[in-house]
Amino acid sequence: MDPNIKFIQGNEVCVEAALYAGLNFFAGYPITPSTEIAEHLAQKLPEQGGKFIQMEDEIASMAAIIGASLTGKKVMTATSGPGFSLMQEALGYAIMTEIPCVIVNVMRGGPSTGLPTSVGQGDVMQARWGTHGDHGIIALTASNHQDVFSITIDAFNLAETYRTPVILLFDEVVGHMREKLVVPEPGEIPIVERLRTSVKGGVDYHPYLPREDGRLPMSDFGGVHRYNVTGLYHDMWGFPSNNPSVVQGLHRHLNDKITNNVNQISRYKEYYLEDAECILISYGSAARSALHVVQERRPRGEKLGLLELQTLWPFPYQMIKEKCENAKSIAVVELNAGQVLRAVKRAVNDPEKVFLANRIDGVFITPVDIRNMLRFVQGRGA
Amino acid sequence: MAIKDYLRERFFPHMWCPGCGHGIVLNNMLRSIEQLGLSKNEIVMVSGIGCSSRISGYVDFHTLHTIHGRALAFATGVKLGLPELNVIVPMGDGDALAIGGNHFIHAARRNIDITAIVMNNRIYGMTGGQFSPLSGIGTMATTAPFRNIDHDFDVAELSKAAGATFVARTTTFHAKQITDIIKQAILHEGFSVVEILTQCPTYFGRKNREGSASNMMELYKKNTTPIGSQAKQENPELIERGILHEVEAPEYCNEYDKIIKAAMKGK
Ligand SMILES: Cc1ncc(C[n+]2csc(CCOP(=O)(O)OP(=O)(O)O)c2C)c(N)n1
Repeated sequence: MDPNIKFIQGNEVCVEAALYAGLNFFAGYPITPSTEIAEHLAQKLPEQGGKFIQMEDEIASMAAIIGASLTGKKVMTATSGPGFSLMQEALGYAIMTEIPCVIVNVMRGGPSTGLPTSVGQGDVMQARWGTHGDHGIIALTASNHQDVFSITIDAFNLAETYRTPVILLFDEVVGHMREKLVVPEPGEIPIVERLRTSVKGGVDYHPYLPREDGRLPMSDFGGVHRYNVTGLYHDMWGFPSNNPSVVQGLHRHLNDKITNNVNQISRYKEYYLEDAECILISYGSAARSALHVVQERRPRGEKLGLLELQTLWPFPYQMIKEKCENAKSIAVVELNAGQVLRAVKRAVNDPEKVFLANRIDGVFITPVDIRNMLRFVQGRGA
Repeated sequence: MAIKDYLRERFFPHMWCPGCGHGIVLNNMLRSIEQLGLSKNEIVMVSGIGCSSRISGYVDFHTLHTIHGRALAFATGVKLGLPELNVIVPMGDGDALAIGGNHFIHAARRNIDITAIVMNNRIYGMTGGQFSPLSGIGTMATTAPFRNIDHDFDVAELSKAAGATFVARTTTFHAKQITDIIKQAILHEGFSVVEILTQCPTYFGRKNREGSASNMMELYKKNTTPIGSQAKQENPELIERGILHEVEAPEYCNEYDKIIKAAMKGK
């Protein structure tokens, strides 16, 4: 068999992709349903000269990857709900200090310990607003292994491009299911390497002065430039400042660098949208069932389409508005009480035509579930 | 090089109160580094949050001022990322042992080559005088207005039990000893803990009627004694100064390099 064709779990796909993207440092703490990511990296990273460390908790894991990123490594951690909650303060630190890093959250049922071994998609809003203060954030997701592979690489590329943490919001079903993956040849998918400063040693380097394009060339710790990194509002040297214009400038920068690039960051897939009268909007594992419904109903002449979101944050409001302009009804298919539903309602012209097709009982949503809910949406009753 | 050459003068004046002991720690830590002849590019200083943690902003090294209590976890990432760098982590007593207590014992347990400096003023300075895990029974603080009934940690014993391979203690009164001990702590291969008693006249001193900064330093002179001294036998209340514990044990980054070698061979 072709060694590039694999039949593996989604969590392993994430590992393969991270290594493809150049991951060389991972810190983590075991938690279902993400643990396989740590286990596989404990094996694979040292085999390639990289490093894996099991920390004492998720706070420490997040802290360690930020520290390692400053030494020039490509870094990642992986967790699930409770661990993601613990990471929030350090996540905010990485946002404030603009340190590239990737955080995988394989979502399970919450809140609290919730349903450790069952699927859920309840952390969408936590990914957006889990850490305190205004900020921009990137969160991506995928529904099948080939996409998990490419979106994981995207996560690393976007983290380097925008110097920001990127969250991969996978879920238990995607993380644990096995399906085919074709591993691309090296070089087939472009990898973004860290932008490093060209300023020579001895010349005043401004670690926090963005270039005209908003990008911030970095200098690794241990290199010729010594500078300060702080979670306090800081000036172009990285020194603490509460000068109102410095504060406002950095506040704007941290938000704008993400929200102004929503089109560059937004990834999605569409199926039969051109003439769709009813559009399903879904993401992650739930999108698999949604796609099944669409593909089953189309041949019967039902004008059903699917918009599968892969970028959840920054939310592609404009794109959704345009795609949904002519739809009579929209059903958001997700495994929570309506977190993306709310964002979609904000995006479209007529929020009244947006419905929720969900499950919140730890059981994966099936095509039958979606079909039953669609009957209500389409006014066909129970 | 002069001490001044290690400072970021652009960032002065510093934010410490008059009489604060943290500046004495800064001064003598820089003397240790100067005497060791370390280049500024090979030093990373990682700190958390607190008055003591602000020390990292003032020095011309690679500096990482992080979040409260987590400095050692950040430092672990830096050190494992580039083991050839010298990683120094100044911490307040609350930063190191309350919110950061878990990271503290685990960094010690790994015996990772980091120099942890606990600047022990027995109070939360930055937030205005609440008791810390090192305040001790009977002390006064804004959050112990009647008197503190929380027992304190013995940092040295805790570090030792957790696996630190170098443990020392001194005070801001014994400035030369700070220089000497930090030098040895940096040279030691493994996790080193240096506890430095440092006065906070603004909060601890005022709340506990210890008087001015110089009075508080006098107390350090009176209440401490070199390790193994006759005085300690006569008065067990005295706090011992000096190197309290030093052993050799496998260091984490070295061990990890062996893992990589074995893993790469196996491939
Ligand atoms: C998560 C979190 N909790 C609380 C605080 C508030 N805080 C800042 S510094 C500090 C304690 C400082 O005391 P210590 O670590 O002993 O250092 P000192 O200021 O005395 O040098 C606290 C509680 C914070 N910044 N972050």
